[in-house]
Amino acid sequence: MSQDDRKYATSHEWAKQDGDLIVVGISDHAQQELGDITFVELPPMGQVVEAGDECGVIESVKAATDLYAPVGGEVVAVNEALEVSPELINQDVWEAGWVLKLKPSNPGDIDALMSAADYDATV
Amino acid sequence: MSFVANTPAQREEMLRACGVSSVDELFADIPASVAPKSFRLPPGASEHEVLTYFQQLAERNYAQLTVFLGGGVYDHFIPSAVDALASRGEFFTAYTPYQPELSQGTLQAIYEYQTHICRLTGMDAANASMYDGGTAIYEACQMALHTTRRSRIVVDEGVNPVYRKMLYSYTANLDIDFTEVPTSHGACHRELIEQTVGDDVAAVILQNPNFFGVVDNHEDVVARCHERGSLVIQSVYPVAMALLKPPGEIGVDIAVGEGQSLGNPLAFGGPYLGFMATNRKLVRKMPGRIVGRTLDREGREAFVLTLQAREQHIRREKATSNICTNEALCALRAHMYLSLVGKEGMREVAQLCHAKAEYAKSRFKTIPGVRVMETNPTFNEFTVRLPADAGVIAGRLVERGIAPGLPLGRYYQGMENYLLVAVTEKRTKAEIGNFAEVLEEVLAHYWDFEEEHSERIEV
Amino acid sequence: MSVVFERSVPGRRGVRLPGCDVPLAEAIPEKCLRERSAELCELSELDVVRHFTGLSRLNFGVDTGFYPLGSCTMKYNPRVSERIAGLAGFSQLHPFLPQLRSGGMLTQGALQLLYELEHVLCEITGMEAFTLQPLAGAHGELTGMMLIAAYHRDKGNRRQTVLIPDEAHGTNPSSAAITGYRTVPVPTDTTSGRLDLEALEALIDDETAAIMLTNPNTLGIFNSDIERVVELAHARDALVYYDGANLNAILGKFRPGDAGIDVMHVNVHKTCATPHGGGGPGAGPVGVRKHLVPFLPISRIQKRQDNSYMLDYDQPKSIGYVAPFYGNFSILVRAYAYIKLLGGEGLVEVSENAVLNANYVMQALKERYALPYDRTCMHECVLSASRQAEKGVHAIDIAKALIDRGYHPPTVYFPLIVKEAMMIEPTETESKETLDAFISAMLEIADEAEQNPDAFAQLPKNAPVCRPDEVKAARDMDVCYDI
Repeated sequence: MSQDDRKYATSHEWAKQDGDLIVVGISDHAQQELGDITFVELPPMGQVVEAGDECGVIESVKAATDLYAPVGGEVVAVNEALEVSPELINQDVWEAGWVLKLKPSNPGDIDALMSAADYDATV
Repeated sequence: MSFVANTPAQREEMLRACGVSSVDELFADIPASVAPKSFRLPPGASEHEVLTYFQQLAERNYAQLTVFLGGGVYDHFIPSAVDALASRGEFFTAYTPYQPELSQGTLQAIYEYQTHICRLTGMDAANASMYDGGTAIYEACQMALHTTRRSRIVVDEGVNPVYRKMLYSYTANLDIDFTEVPTSHGACHRELIEQTVGDDVAAVILQNPNFFGVVDNHEDVVARCHERGSLVIQSVYPVAMALLKPPGEIGVDIAVGEGQSLGNPLAFGGPYLGFMATNRKLVRKMPGRIVGRTLDREGREAFVLTLQAREQHIRREKATSNICTNEALCALRAHMYLSLVGKEGMREVAQLCHAKAEYAKSRFKTIPGVRVMETNPTFNEFTVRLPADAGVIAGRLVERGIAPGLPLGRYYQGMENYLLVAVTEKRTKAEIGNFAEVLEEVLAHYWDFEEEHSERIEV
Repeated sequence: MSVVFERSVPGRRGVRLPGCDVPLAEAIPEKCLRERSAELCELSELDVVRHFTGLSRLNFGVDTGFYPLGSCTMKYNPRVSERIAGLAGFSQLHPFLPQLRSGGMLTQGALQLLYELEHVLCEITGMEAFTLQPLAGAHGELTGMMLIAAYHRDKGNRRQTVLIPDEAHGTNPSSAAITGYRTVPVPTDTTSGRLDLEALEALIDDETAAIMLTNPNTLGIFNSDIERVVELAHARDALVYYDGANLNAILGKFRPGDAGIDVMHVNVHKTCATPHGGGGPGAGPVGVRKHLVPFLPISRIQKRQDNSYMLDYDQPKSIGYVAPFYGNFSILVRAYAYIKLLGGEGLVEVSENAVLNANYVMQALKERYALPYDRTCMHECVLSASRQAEKGVHAIDIAKALIDRGYHPPTVYFPLIVKEAMMIEPTETESKETLDAFISAMLEIADEAEQNPDAFAQLPKNAPVCRPDEVKAARDMDVCYDI
């Protein structure tokens, strides 16, 4: 079950409002599909992305998946803890397993993403 | 002889089990409209007949030449144990080690090979191999382009010209700019490189020793490149690495090279061995197979293919490279060679090569009309300027049983009279002496011939 | 087994080198020299021989036992090919020799061999010309993509995409992508197991540079619509690339060139029984039809009027160098030796028996293992462990159970479009007795999967290691032995 306090992209990222920033991670469903995560490639700080742009890679033993920006904006923080402990995503996908923070180009964009219930219906 | 085991009677029985009456029925999906228009091949032959045929072909090649040809691949000695061990069927009739339980031999050997390459180059991590030294440079460029997200590559003209040509072929359909930087008296032109490396450059490609055999310490060049955010790719000759400062000690980001000289025969161009090593930071960007050490379910040490998520069979169009089959058996041979020759042995091989090349230089210096290019120190290969077209002179020496070196005119404009001479530990003082004498003789006759035709060429 | 570096004893020597018969030289400046020797092994020759003999015993090859690894064609590698490749006239030949004046005449045997192999491959495949330079199958794909790009550039076509069936080997999309193309997957028709023609028609457009096909495809099914596919592509001036990975199934039965295929590669370790070496080296000769000949890599081998052979570098439209020399020569020598041994009729026997063996195994196993596409297969069949998976026994578990019974497992989890895929390729060199024994083992395993599914997690029991921890390997990344 996905959490109600945030929104979801079809490409399996979650996006959560945090002040005027958007915190981004991957969904519990995505985490389970990937299995034990072995490596997270974080985007460079300051990278400007549009919604749907690649902004990182998440690798497990059997797969590697791109992380897509759920909304457009500038990367203002990355979760450096993942560089040494990628398993944080498996252990705590909703909090400690966050990947990056975006300063959104249009603060309203997050509203266009799916609700938890709608997302869960797609997977 | 098709090596099919089943007898006609067994085949009949199997066809019945498949519910068909003839083998043709199994091919019913192939429409008659695309039936072969022709399939005229010679009939099969016995092992003896085929062996004889190939022996005859082989005899039309081998002329007992004394080899002073190098240019990236070299006539080094291969200990007998390499052939004996590499020809064990358990090694050479295995596939890529996808099932670790049945492949610990290959996997551990590759892990050890990776370690040997790291120790020789001073780098942190090596892959299980690339096809050859040229494709290794190309793959290193792709790594640099992806890592830096820049689009220009600077190439020192001291890099093997064949590899440079390969690089340009591979990238003809991509938006990558290449800038070639000429050498200065055959060595790395530092000022020019510095001027050329801007903040749009993904990587600078250097070679040590370079194609002219010139040895260098590129530490300062590497530092300048890093200041501008460019990576440095250095192609190195592994035998020379026993003696020379390795790429890992001067800050090189990706070390590559041709590993043929480590226990692999010349074999008219292949199979050879591209090696690649990098630092910790870039290891996950490295293409190809990589073997890692881990533990099995019962806590025993075990080896597996690792970081496979970067590879084509998982990552498909987003893979770091399309490489699948590599040169595993050549890597195994290189590892066997390094194990046999060993720490002191490799140093000796390198010293022998160097000493013999220096001796050859000293002999050539006394030949009228021949100039040994000596501005820069060299390892086991050096250039000489001849008083006439090096290709023509080389042809005369070949007729006298000596493959004297590579004429450079084909690769470097204006160097038509230059010959690139390589000397390995296999060459004796007598062979080198004979080479010098025959060269002197050929040149003397050449002058006679030329005088007759009054076309004297300037020395 | 201990790592080779652990056996090392300071001061121990293996190989004795020639003495130095010239003055020692120290002409290299200090700053260019390494300060300490590289920490290579210090072992005796016997240490080394025992080490590698020990390692070899931890390995499984075709010489060891049945190796039905689908898509990889692990058939017998004739020993005479090894002997031929080792002839001094081949193995000691320096590749730069032909560039010396008169040197070309000293390599006539090698050039003739390559020339003849090119022409034999043309006859086998129906193509107009071959280059032997590509160094492996995937390298052949890359060369093919470069040829296609050169063709479109030459015609002024602006093409962006390459269409690739979803069942294709991963090398296909990767080869297209690194040549600068965007890849577009084409779905497989789930009833026929063949390319979905309607989907192809909808996807192909004026941006399409090429379509890459494997036929028979990775499901082991021959695509009877091949002519229609070629027609659709050619109508848009898109080219058709044929991945020759499965050419060994159709020798003498189908020639890609006859169907209008524009460019293809041959995996010589599959079709011509060159050994795979535990991961290579291979060779991936590329064949083309007439309109692509001018773009082939240099050098090209030509026969002169006087029947001598030469290397031709004067090809203005050529894509240039793809290999440093003439390809993986000694692998090509083995490939040609194999073709000479078999001859035309032998090659036909290869395909007929490879296909018969695969169908025989498929028929015997389909009652107990799911068969997603129940139809005649070519040289390999794709079963699924889906039925067993319901009990918790997955394809990988069946693979490990086979290891305990002395077999190399089939390819598992490929093609990606079949869940719990087990891809079995027996090859033509295996006898009925071997196949029967393998079938019995598979049936026993199916029984056990029903009766005692929990036992599978502990397998294999008879191997040197059991299911190494891949997650640990990827996270901790120990890829170089540190003292």
